[in-house]
Amino acid sequence: MSTATRSLPRTIGAHAILLTYTAIALFPVVIVIVNSFKSRAAIFGAPLTPPTPKTFDLIGYTTVIGQGDFIHYFQNSLVVTVASLFFVLLFGAMAAFALSEYRFRGNSLMGLYLALGIMIPIRLATVAILQLMVASGLVNTLTALILVYTAQGLPLAVFILSEFMKQVSDDLKNAGRIDGLSEYTIFFRLVLPLVRPSMATVAVFTMIPIWNDLWFPLILAPSEETKTVTLGAQLFLGQFVTNWNAILAALSLAIMPVLILYVIFSRQLIRGITSGAVK
Amino acid sequence: MGSLNIENVKKAFGPVEVLKGINLEVTDGEFVVFVGPSGCGKSTLLRVIAGLEDSTSGRVVIDGADVSATPPAKRGIAMVFQTYALYPHLTVKNNMGLGLRQAGTPAAEIDRRIGIASSMLSLEPYLSRRPAELSGGQRQRVAIGRAVVREPKLFLFDEPLSNLDAALRVNTRLEIAQLHRRLKATMIYVTHDQVEAMTLADKIVVLNAGKIEQIGGPMELYNSPANEFVAGFIGSPKMNFVDGGRLGETAKTIGVRPEHLTVDAKSGAWKGTVVHAEHLGADTNVYLDCEKAGLITVRIFGVYNAEPGATLYATPDPAKTYRFGADGKVLK
Repeated sequence: MSTATRSLPRTIGAHAILLTYTAIALFPVVIVIVNSFKSRAAIFGAPLTPPTPKTFDLIGYTTVIGQGDFIHYFQNSLVVTVASLFFVLLFGAMAAFALSEYRFRGNSLMGLYLALGIMIPIRLATVAILQLMVASGLVNTLTALILVYTAQGLPLAVFILSEFMKQVSDDLKNAGRIDGLSEYTIFFRLVLPLVRPSMATVAVFTMIPIWNDLWFPLILAPSEETKTVTLGAQLFLGQFVTNWNAILAALSLAIMPVLILYVIFSRQLIRGITSGAVK
Repeated sequence: MGSLNIENVKKAFGPVEVLKGINLEVTDGEFVVFVGPSGCGKSTLLRVIAGLEDSTSGRVVIDGADVSATPPAKRGIAMVFQTYALYPHLTVKNNMGLGLRQAGTPAAEIDRRIGIASSMLSLEPYLSRRPAELSGGQRQRVAIGRAVVREPKLFLFDEPLSNLDAALRVNTRLEIAQLHRRLKATMIYVTHDQVEAMTLADKIVVLNAGKIEQIGGPMELYNSPANEFVAGFIGSPKMNFVDGGRLGETAKTIGVRPEHLTVDAKSGAWKGTVVHAEHLGADTNVYLDCEKAGLITVRIFGVYNAEPGATLYATPDPAKTYRFGADGKVLK
């Protein structure tokens, strides 16, 4: 069957390329998950084979759940990620609304200033941040992490969201003003629902680096109480002996929550990435 | 109730002056149309009246009260937008009722007014639908309904028909005209389409480059335009402008409307060659390249067969010829 827009060789070619890319992208993840179900000897003996009844071993998972306080680490990671995400989206959207909606002196300068963080890695300021946290007594608290991650996520959020907010119909906002809606109602009830796809995009881009981060938990909140999953997994990474079963199991478990959040956002995300391309 | 006075309103965006001192008086119950080319400031003027833009200087007075510093919701106005601007998450009924609810009107009163407006605009079957489930024409009727429900002193329409297709545009135009007759409300309507202006208005305000060129009734503007701009803007096809010098006239420019020219195959004032003919059924537009007058348009009523390349003579009706001075103003 041939149509005007498709030809068989091209379709095969495109799919071959995409499938190869998918395989390459998924390979490490699959290896991690597959090996997390194998015994230590099997991980090193045949790292690429799936677990057989002989090599199948849940020792990694039992170690993770039994040894470290992993449920607690998960909780910490989730609290930090969700809270940072919430603040990034809230403040990012509000700043973006102000930048896109109101004409004021220094508007574009302010926009540039808020977006500057995209270009300057926040880790450059680690020492200053640590001093600040020590001075304010926030070391070894989740608050410290939430504050840092909110700051880290805001520039990109403001940048992306203000572009999308410019596309929201002025007429709609003006109709709201004539109907007597306050600026807050216009923002929360009219504008935010319309930029939801782009909010999801920002959410995913913000969430993943926060969840995976090792740097700031290690420096700002390494105590047992405030350990995050990525930091907790380091428990099994010894200088001389490394418990690979436990590490792989911990990493496999750590993928799950991000995966769930991603699935929640992904329907919105696809619309976000393609919006504007197709009207 | 429902008069409007605009006193020397100026509006500048940075160094760009969009409105250069507008003075206008609208009496109660009038249908006033602002018309002009894009960028002439007509929408900005409407926004200043609505309170969505602050004027740089000047006063806006609605019903005798200076509203220059009053927020839009308190000015007693309602506005219909080009893009409908319905709230996507609300049903038709809630779209119409939101403004009243916001103002604290009792629920029974809101329902009564929505009932009246929706029967007036035949929207009853759609009250529980969301805007996404409506066609363009229905959406614009909801937007009009939302304005009607507020019982405003002043209706503001910002190019409400521009997003509709041609057939719907005529229908909705008729509905707006009927609405005006029924409500006897003051309406201000912005459009770039002179047909809408001519068919709807009691009074047309022709704007150009931030200034009012002329104010008057539709026929007044058609029959006695004040200047070259108005003469060219009102009427379709556009008025022909011929350099006065080439015709041996004292006036800088001579203007003749296409419908005030007659053609003849044998003799006439201006000899020309047919460039193109547009057959519209009821009338025919012939483009003539004349030796004396340059390229002109002639509108002939009924069917007229003119082959490109043929020679035709066009004769202007002397009683309906306009003479413009060097400043563009009409010479008496």
